[in-house]
Amino acid sequence: MARKLSYKMAVNEALDLEMTRDPTVILMGEDIVGGAGSPGEDDAWGGVLGVTKGLFAKHGARVMDTPLSESAYIGAAIGAAACGMRPVAELMFIDFIGCCFDEIFNQAAKFRYMFGGKAETPVVIRAMIGAGYRAAAQHSQMLTPIVTHIPGLKVVCPSNAYDVKGLLIQSIRDNDPVIFCEHKNLYAHEVDVPLESYAIPFGEAAIPREGRDATIVTYGLMVHRSLEAAEKLAREGVDVEVIDLRTLSPMDWDTVIESVEKTGRLIAVDEAHPRCSIASDITAFVAQHAFRALKSAPQMVTAPHSPVPFSPTLEDIYIPSAETIAGAVKKTIIQKMVAA
Amino acid sequence: MSDNPFPVDKAGLLEAYRMMKTIREFEERLHIDFAKGDIPGFVHLYAGEEAVATGIMMHLNDRDRIASTHRGHGHCISKGVDVHGMMAEIYGKETGSCLGRGGSMHIADLSKGMMGANGILGAGAPLICGAGLAAKFRGDGGVGITFFGDGAANQGMVLESMNLAAVWNLPVIFVCENNGYAEATSRDYGTAVKSYVDRGAGFGIPGVHADGTDFFAVYEVVGELIKRAREGGGPALLECEVIRFFGHFEGDAQTYKAKGENEYNRANRDCLKIFRAKVTEAGVISDAELDAIDGEVAELIEDSVASAKAAPLPSPKDLMSNVYVSY
Amino acid sequence: MTDERIKPLVMPKWGLSMAEGKVTGWLKKPGSAIKVGDELLEVETDKITNVVEAGEAGVLRRILGEPDTVYPIKALIGVLADSDVPDAEIDAFVAGYVMPAAEEGSEEDAAAQYEFAETPAGTLRYAKRGTGPEQIVLVHGFGGDLDNWLFNIDALAEHATVYALDLPGHGQSIKSLADASLSGMSKALAGFLDKLGVSAAHLVGHSMGGAICLRTAIDRPDLVKSLTLISSAGLGDEINIDYIESFAAASSRRELKPALEQLFEDPNLVSRQLIDDLLKYKRLDGVTEALKALAKNMFPGGKQSSVLADEAAGTKRPVTVIWGASDKIIPASHTAALPAGWRAEVIDGAGHMVQMEKAAAVNALIRQGVGV
Repeated sequence: MARKLSYKMAVNEALDLEMTRDPTVILMGEDIVGGAGSPGEDDAWGGVLGVTKGLFAKHGARVMDTPLSESAYIGAAIGAAACGMRPVAELMFIDFIGCCFDEIFNQAAKFRYMFGGKAETPVVIRAMIGAGYRAAAQHSQMLTPIVTHIPGLKVVCPSNAYDVKGLLIQSIRDNDPVIFCEHKNLYAHEVDVPLESYAIPFGEAAIPREGRDATIVTYGLMVHRSLEAAEKLAREGVDVEVIDLRTLSPMDWDTVIESVEKTGRLIAVDEAHPRCSIASDITAFVAQHAFRALKSAPQMVTAPHSPVPFSPTLEDIYIPSAETIAGAVKKTIIQKMVAA
Repeated sequence: MSDNPFPVDKAGLLEAYRMMKTIREFEERLHIDFAKGDIPGFVHLYAGEEAVATGIMMHLNDRDRIASTHRGHGHCISKGVDVHGMMAEIYGKETGSCLGRGGSMHIADLSKGMMGANGILGAGAPLICGAGLAAKFRGDGGVGITFFGDGAANQGMVLESMNLAAVWNLPVIFVCENNGYAEATSRDYGTAVKSYVDRGAGFGIPGVHADGTDFFAVYEVVGELIKRAREGGGPALLECEVIRFFGHFEGDAQTYKAKGENEYNRANRDCLKIFRAKVTEAGVISDAELDAIDGEVAELIEDSVASAKAAPLPSPKDLMSNVYVSY
Repeated sequence: MTDERIKPLVMPKWGLSMAEGKVTGWLKKPGSAIKVGDELLEVETDKITNVVEAGEAGVLRRILGEPDTVYPIKALIGVLADSDVPDAEIDAFVAGYVMPAAEEGSEEDAAAQYEFAETPAGTLRYAKRGTGPEQIVLVHGFGGDLDNWLFNIDALAEHATVYALDLPGHGQSIKSLADASLSGMSKALAGFLDKLGVSAAHLVGHSMGGAICLRTAIDRPDLVKSLTLISSAGLGDEINIDYIESFAAASSRRELKPALEQLFEDPNLVSRQLIDDLLKYKRLDGVTEALKALAKNMFPGGKQSSVLADEAAGTKRPVTVIWGASDKIIPASHTAALPAGWRAEVIDGAGHMVQMEKAAAVNALIRQGVGV
């Protein structure tokens, strides 16, 4: 049966269920226990935002605080994965990936291929992504395109708690390294989530809104902004389809192409910077594979090519808004009218 | 034949010699064939450092893991990776240890506990912490050994890993193979302190030195560290001073070395010669017995080269296979 | 408004979570004479598109629901009245129509309208509607759940107390099957009825659920007053095993959709939401194993393992058999050799899910079989 559960607690529940099911699942990260070895409570924090709270009490030594040493513990998680464990390592903010990128893209991502298919690296690296937290330039980035670029990595970016639980369980059971991106501004968002365990296969986009006139392809927080834009446009008589990619690698190209072939218009919405982004990837793929279906030039809505600003006034305009998205949709339609 | 004064029985000594000789023969042969242009890419040869790999690996079995370096052939051979598979891998053939997808710098065989040679200097150190952690969770007494050179000893990830292994009390040995050169740059230029061993103290772990040209010195020192790690005593750092007979990579003119340096080392600091002298002078093993091994090893290497050359290349249709598990 | 000559047509509520529906088009013109069961208009919900059938007779005097427009449930979308009712009265009725307050019909409350019973087979979810003295129990088929009775439960509840359950391995009930055989499932149903204190009920079974009801009538005749068997298993040995296997194995939308389309005469009834809801169920740990175990026991070698009609006839309970003429899962030809005295009705324009595609007709037949 189902009940309302937050995005954050869906992460916690998926970890708990999989640790209970499989003794090789271990967790590590900075302050995921949050108090280890200190005079007060052992699990004072349960993660910097409390995502892993309670798991230490339940699973003990399988939940490990690490030194502030991303290179060592992310590498250790990968090494343990290559030796039969299923570690879930928390890289607190994806911005910290610079400190351990070698372990992720030169080691974990390449073992299977480079070792002739004879190595498995079932590691999950969880990281918070996204702006809007007043966390400034080094704690707010949307680095999904960087990890999506790397063959051998799977990249997951859920937009709601139902998908979080099913995709995180799949990530843990998957035999490839997975970068599991959690949008910190969605942690409080709640939807119905079954109590039971379930796994959502990778590479299957969701369509939270069907429509006839234009296709928005997006993921993460932008799914919600896009749905807001679609509601607004519906009141003006424009019927927009919204595709939530859910996983960026693998990518559900079939669903994107089928939708654009139906609507003839594409708006790719991405919270990442515009250059070499998920938005540009989608736009290029559609232009290459569904050019004849397009009734107007595809539009990209992205963050600007600038670091994430601190000042709230600036950060709020840095993140694409529903209004901007709606404007981009209209642009695809006005173009058509001009052309006609 | 007199009583055996060594810590290894005669069968073990013969095994160790065969291991060292196999590495030497393998590397010498690559040196020749690379110069002929038979081998794609580039190779980093381990010749001269055989006593370190062998002295350590004689203590290990398949449950123990090693994480190697770009100069990994010796570690692979002594950890039991198939020589034919290795040679075919270096030739880029479908029959290679990694189906020709990895090459010299990425030979691995997880079934033998060999977690891969590694093209990234120092990258084995975090990985071996994971291997040690897995062994600790399994409670099987397994240990992890990572190798790095005097150059990679200055990588942050190596130093971070020593700290992590120390705070998690992991069964891991960090082995610095100090051959005096970080690529072409002298060890003294790139490292401010005199001894890598001293760094152990900085992480609260034992730091021990061994003469890497002496199989017995390495064997005895590392044996204690491995025993300690297996029993839950935690990580340690071992520095082995070794000689790199060849350049950083094949084709390296080695003009940064002193005149006559290689010749002097080959004459006076060759670990194979030192080993042969010790075991024959003690009267435990005869020259004839060692010569017989030499002959068998030469045949093995010759056969591995012949079969590698004859082996099929990977099929272009398999370019994309094994990127992911399922798609 | 108490004028019984004027009958409002309102946006129906199909299932517990429906809050609104979109009128996609009218099938009757204003002024048409309408009989009970006539198809009036099509309504699309987020789960399914279906036809609204007339529950009462009259002349379609007003069409208020505009095509492609969304209305909340119970919104006035049309008016039926006899031809002698003056237009002015109808206009006054429309002007004065007050939408009944929604019975807190939001999704959150929908969840509370389900209940759970601890039975010997494990926790089972069920819905209970209505208060009549006769008790009807609706038993879904292979891979189904109580929402298969979306268009039946409320209509029947006006005349009887209606229970619809999720069988073990299905819906939101326990996913593990203690006994994945027909008799195991029958025992689970009997255990459910015993737990709820339902001592004698009219069992209505669809597909595999029909076979379970047959087995229950044979094993526990005390529990059963009558049987209504819809597109039922247990009446012949044919079964579309490709459907069973592809449904059990499907793990993606692309695999599941073609399987589901076989369930209906009109494959367009299979909406994205229907597929997504089924995938949510199928992806729960244990479901695939449960379905495969059931399929293995019920349909070994691609045939139905239990043909129970003759045995069930011995129980002397009244039986109504209903089939969709174009059923692609279990053929309607299984109605040909039923025991004497059993009523059989084959309905045109419907497939295996006849209780959804021709809900009004099926509801009428169920009521006749039950006698309410």
